Amino acid sequence: MTKTHVTTTINGEVTEFLCEPGATLLAVLRNELQLTGTKEGCGTGDCGACSVTLNGRLVCSCLVLGVEAEGAEIGTVEGIGGIDKLHIIQEKFLEHAALQCGICTPGLIVSTKALLAENPEPTEKEARYYLAGNLCRCTGYDKIIRAVMDSAEAMRGDA
Amino acid sequence: MSEAREYKYIGRRTIRPDGFDKVTGRANYGADLSLPGMIWGKILRSPYAHAVIKSIDSSKAEAHPDVMAVVTYQDYPAVSSGGFEPGDGPTDLCDLARNILADDKALYHGHAIAAIAARTEAAAEEALSLIDIDYEVLPPVMDVADAMQPGSPVLHEDLFTKGLAEQPEKASNIATRMELKKGDIEAGFAAAEVIIERDFYTPTVHQGYIEPHATTVRYDEDGQSMIWCSTQGHFDVRASTAKLLSMDLGKLKVIASEIGGGFGGKTTVYLEPVALMLSKKSGRPVKMVMTRDEVFRASGPGSATRSTVKIGAKKDGTITAMQAKLCFEAGAFKGSPMGPGCMTVFTPYDVENIYIEGYDVVVNKPKVAAYRAPGAPQAEFAAEMVINELADELNIDPIELRLQNAAKEGTQTVYGPKLKAVGLVECLEAAKNSPHYKQALAENQGRGLAAGFWFNIGGQSSVIINMNPDGTGTIVEGNPDIGGSRASMQLMAAEELGIDVSKLNPIVADTEHVPYSATTGGSRTTFATGMAVIEAAQDVVRQMKERAAAVWNVTVEQVDWSDGVAINTAGEDRLTAAEICQGADRTGGQISGRGNINARGAGPSFAVHLCDVEVDMETGKTAVVRYTAIQDAGKAIHPGYVEGQYQGGAVQGIGWALNEEYIYNEDGVMENAGFLDYRIPLASDLPMIDTIIVEVPNAFHPFGVRGVGETGIVPPLAAVATAVSDAIGVRMTNLPCSPPRVLKAIQDTA
Repeated sequence: MTKTHVTTTINGEVTEFLCEPGATLLAVLRNELQLTGTKEGCGTGDCGACSVTLNGRLVCSCLVLGVEAEGAEIGTVEGIGGIDKLHIIQEKFLEHAALQCGICTPGLIVSTKALLAENPEPTEKEARYYLAGNLCRCTGYDKIIRAVMDSAEAMRGDA
Repeated sequence: MSEAREYKYIGRRTIRPDGFDKVTGRANYGADLSLPGMIWGKILRSPYAHAVIKSIDSSKAEAHPDVMAVVTYQDYPAVSSGGFEPGDGPTDLCDLARNILADDKALYHGHAIAAIAARTEAAAEEALSLIDIDYEVLPPVMDVADAMQPGSPVLHEDLFTKGLAEQPEKASNIATRMELKKGDIEAGFAAAEVIIERDFYTPTVHQGYIEPHATTVRYDEDGQSMIWCSTQGHFDVRASTAKLLSMDLGKLKVIASEIGGGFGGKTTVYLEPVALMLSKKSGRPVKMVMTRDEVFRASGPGSATRSTVKIGAKKDGTITAMQAKLCFEAGAFKGSPMGPGCMTVFTPYDVENIYIEGYDVVVNKPKVAAYRAPGAPQAEFAAEMVINELADELNIDPIELRLQNAAKEGTQTVYGPKLKAVGLVECLEAAKNSPHYKQALAENQGRGLAAGFWFNIGGQSSVIINMNPDGTGTIVEGNPDIGGSRASMQLMAAEELGIDVSKLNPIVADTEHVPYSATTGGSRTTFATGMAVIEAAQDVVRQMKERAAAVWNVTVEQVDWSDGVAINTAGEDRLTAAEICQGADRTGGQISGRGNINARGAGPSFAVHLCDVEVDMETGKTAVVRYTAIQDAGKAIHPGYVEGQYQGGAVQGIGWALNEEYIYNEDGVMENAGFLDYRIPLASDLPMIDTIIVEVPNAFHPFGVRGVGETGIVPPLAAVATAVSDAIGVRMTNLPCSPPRVLKAIQDTA
């Protein structure tokens, strides 16, 4: 099958790739571009481990086709924080022990960042509903929610 | 034992050493490794729950231009030399071989029949449809009660029940019957003034780890073959794979990737031996990743059970007799956790007369694997529900009834040892004194409380601490870190060495770089591997003191070690760990400590959970509104991750109690094999989970540690079901208490 040439922007860097028409954005990120920080937990949009932003909107990258990235701005966990300085959300996840196995963590970091961009002062209930699409099987969510609420407070303090 | 010991590091909430990689997406899990020349493997699975495989024709698939290898059961090296010898127990090689590639029978929907490796994942998937299989479809048996009936379809013609007085002549689905007893059960019931007997059901459930099984392998004919995989025990992956492929252990290296959850479900092999056979045949590295659908249908869920519990007591609350019949589904091959179910069911109680019988029964479902405290949640659910009903019947507070009969130091367990110091009474007292227990309930709300017991195991662990020339150290362990255990190893090593955690780097080594370590399971890692860390650290300290003694020209007895510094008690001299390491070249070479142990004396662990729910009487939907998990940790090494274990266990148990179940159609096909329909708890389903850490030290561990990982999933089933029962005024005996079932219970009594 003929591959399609796609030009997109990922974490601020212009990126080109060739992809099969049926390949998901998740498969492209992981297998073509070696951006393996985005995880696959279900492939059906139910677990949120593959959460990325597409033109600022939070999506499951397993439900987006690679070709849909043409001309778009993609944000993945690799674009959040880094060697020099972690993002506040990442620091708070570590501080609150809000991860155990860590497989859901990249998706949750991406989703939390999207939540706080939309709603800098969420109530606990709002945070729980916004993150309802990100499954975590280890923590029972308690420490995740604490990390999210603490991140919100710290980020407001920074502003 | 050092109860009065002041800790400098133990008990601190440090940042976990592997944390940075995990919050930035740098950590590599099972599906994250690709190798040059790598191709993709896929598995063809049975569309029938029970069928004879009459023939397999893979010629068309092999002719596909992108297909590089096809394997079936016939490709196991052992098959050509007469097949696998049947064996006993959970590691029966014959069963293992037939579970990961079916022999002459498909035993569950999704059972692996053949595997293909092709240049791309899509080509491998596509080529699966080119394999022709001739099936003779048989009626499936999907419920333990049906499977135990004499006329039931039989899965294995060579399965004869073990544990009966006489060896049966006919094959059946009952693999094993076992019996545990203490005292005189008939006399116990004769002495009772109140007797309650109830039947219970728990469904097949899945561990629900978010990371599917995944592996990348490379077969090398002359040198070292390699397996990279997500597992709780890479040494056991090596052992199983080497046996199935007739390889020497030394010719196979297994690297444990970061693991995205396991909960017992990643303690066996599914893909790894198959991938290695594909790699051998194709000459290429092979990657295999299960889909979520495959994880549900063809990995190892937790057993469904049917049980009957009967308890007798005096009117003053003294329990005189406890009896249970526990029937566990093993899935397609023998080996359910019926044994630990029998051993744990009544262990929270110090009762004279106990009788327990258990059955391990095969059905046409995937072979079960361990699931967090395997067997205990199902068994203790039944016992705790009857205890709570007894408390109501006797009009005694459920905490008081438990305190009156609680297991404690000296209690004779039904399975063998007498208990040493345990923390059940302390957990019950903490529950009684908690603000939660004193809070009044609102309309349509109910409260439930339950206790839980799990063993914790010891076993072999190996640790090497390599000191570097600048005084930093690497802690090399062999236990995959599933929930933050590297942070605990770092803390324990720091405490023993007197060297700051920031200078100690814990790593999980592959099977070549550290000696054998038993699987991360049985809540054993912080306990047993922690003891190996302590031993290795003590070995380092001993060598440090020898080096200092050599420098000062004194005897080693004249050297003290305090806070990472060697002290010459015969003078003013001091040498820090860093100084000793820097000078190691002049005192005999580099310093490295070892702790290769087989740990004994894991401390039994008890928990008590309190749950408040609110039930929507119109829809039957239950919301957990308040939850408190109380558990004895012995000594909490990293309290944050101890709390995390309590909370995670509680929430998995809440899911089990309220929503989770495998739903099968009449053909034995699972109808809800995805996270949308197999609904594990979401953030929006839950309140905060309060925790209380009780610390009654385990006398066998230098810091008093008990394992904390599993016990927390034992109490929630009964705590939640009791709360629902309390809210609706009907006793729920079948799980899950899902909206349709709760609504029916409400309507049936209206």
